Amino acid sequence: MALRTAFEKIWDAHCIADLGGGTGLILIDRVLLHERTGGVALESLAAAGRTVNAPAQAFATMDHVVDTRPGRTDHTIMPTGTDFIRATRAAAQAAGLTLFDLGDPRQGIVHVVSPEQGIVLPGVTLVCPDSHTCSQGAIGALAWGIGSTEAEHALATSTLRVKKPKTMRVTVDGTLGAGVTPKDLALHLLARFGAGGAKGHVVEYAGSAVRALDVEGRLTLCNMATEFSAFTAFIAADETVFDYLRGRPYAPPDTEWDRAVANWQTLHSDADAVFDVDLAIDAADVAPMVTWGTSPQQAAKLDGAVPAYATVAERDTREGYDRALAYMDVVPATPLAGLRIDAAFLGSCTNSRLSDLRRAAAILRGRTVAPWVRAICVPGSTQVKLAAEAEGIDAIFRAAGFEWREAGCSMCFFSGGESFGAHERVISSTNRNFESRQGPQTRTHLASPEVVVASAIFGAITDPRSLA
Amino acid sequence: MTPFTTLTADAAPLLRDNVDTDAIIPSREMTSVGKSGLADGLFAGWRYTALGSREPDPAFVLNDPAYADARILLSGANFGCGSSREHAAWALAEYGFRAVIAPSFNPIFRGNCVRNGIVPIELDAVVIAKEPGPLTIDLPAQTVRAVSGACWRFAIDDEAKAMLVGGLDAIDLTSLRRAEIEAFRSADRARRPWVYLS
Repeated sequence: MALRTAFEKIWDAHCIADLGGGTGLILIDRVLLHERTGGVALESLAAAGRTVNAPAQAFATMDHVVDTRPGRTDHTIMPTGTDFIRATRAAAQAAGLTLFDLGDPRQGIVHVVSPEQGIVLPGVTLVCPDSHTCSQGAIGALAWGIGSTEAEHALATSTLRVKKPKTMRVTVDGTLGAGVTPKDLALHLLARFGAGGAKGHVVEYAGSAVRALDVEGRLTLCNMATEFSAFTAFIAADETVFDYLRGRPYAPPDTEWDRAVANWQTLHSDADAVFDVDLAIDAADVAPMVTWGTSPQQAAKLDGAVPAYATVAERDTREGYDRALAYMDVVPATPLAGLRIDAAFLGSCTNSRLSDLRRAAAILRGRTVAPWVRAICVPGSTQVKLAAEAEGIDAIFRAAGFEWREAGCSMCFFSGGESFGAHERVISSTNRNFESRQGPQTRTHLASPEVVVASAIFGAITDPRSLA
Repeated sequence: MTPFTTLTADAAPLLRDNVDTDAIIPSREMTSVGKSGLADGLFAGWRYTALGSREPDPAFVLNDPAYADARILLSGANFGCGSSREHAAWALAEYGFRAVIAPSFNPIFRGNCVRNGIVPIELDAVVIAKEPGPLTIDLPAQTVRAVSGACWRFAIDDEAKAMLVGGLDAIDLTSLRRAEIEAFRSADRARRPWVYLS
């Protein structure tokens, strides 16, 4: 057989029929839903008189519009959030899906919960009407975001009609420097190759620096592939992943474990497999990053400055550059470190896992947040929250002046409920710095959890390496 | 879904790169569980003078009377990036757009367009925007033609084209293969039993 990429191996194993023109009928092993886009899919499916073909392999969770303030109920700060929660609950129950509801210790952000529960596995196809589904490629799955109508298709037929995407490999060799995180690597790639850089390709992250990442770091790296305009991201599963999965609730039982691992070990790209695009970067070139504009590609080294137009002209139009500077209220050559912030947000499917909170807490311990900063920490799942509390991490955050929240997407985006204020500058561990993303006219700077807490302490964007 | 063959209509230029789905339909405008009632929220952050207001901002292209009947949107690279929310496509369709012309699209958004009768056309919209008058899109021929006679050919994959031209329902189409799908699943269950949770 011809040399194949890992993606092609998974594609071939799931391709039920060639529909012509490069489109395949692809078996879908897992469908995940949340209340924001899943309820509408389930309701629409039922209204059409259709049923879920494999309900045991479909899961729903509450993450997008649920409150994250302590003592939450179905009643949300978002004006009509209750409707989304109740519609999704009713439809998921009627369809026989497993639901991680409010109050369930398994509840949380879908891309945090799925690996945690062992729902995503190497070699499975997994879809969710959520763009950050690409995160789960970190487990060695072919996992990608879709729309609600496609979710209906996957639920009704256990398949999707998919135009086979092209392949791209990004090899990162070497060692990430001290204080340099997977988030910085993701932002580095966006700044270097642009927000359209992956052009709908399946991006396989490879190389020694990727191999060295733990599973949670890989999830962070893959998370921002959608910001890269990728079809999805993928990292071949290895012992790190197998060790992570063993014993998780939906992972293969001991009786099937060896057989599953034997299968998973075949799901790597053949040594001389050809990718449509092959990029390589040196891990040593990656430094702590922060965004200065309103697209994730508008990112720069934290110890640098807002770039002059000439240095970004390859990726930004003049109009887009000027518009971003005006929105963010920054001017070229202004150092990024030192920009005064009004708020700090630690959370989201990018950076809200236990390892993120541990690293942040290590910086925060014994320190306090600047008095003018509103600081919020939202664990990615109830499991993460409980584990953090068992280690005393919540106490460190609270003592420093952070709000300690219930699990959910929270203020990663503004859906009409809670938000940061107009023109407020927020340092955020999230994935999108779009105009008004975290609140009307709010100015978002994306960065790692370490940068978020270091900046919260000083009330200005701060290089965490200065606190080590 | 309404079949799409040809369309002659005005084209509104929104020539910005990286127009994201938060901009197309802000989350705060997605107030009900259904797929409708979204047209008023289309581009709300840019289209109205203030948050929550419905007072048109005259500086925004869709408020220019010259584009009141626009059914084609011209935009920049990486159009529809960001959130997978299909509400972006639903809002565009409900407002009346039947095609978006941009140099490149986010892959999820492109799929959402096709499922909702909107043709995603990959062409340099900046060049096309210089042409006066309405444009004619011929999907079977895969062309965009201006009044001046200027004509551009675009690529679209066969499956998307067939869905749009036929106004087809993908679930109905796939359901014709139910026996084939179930046979494949049975064989796969024997190969990978751990994937099957019941």
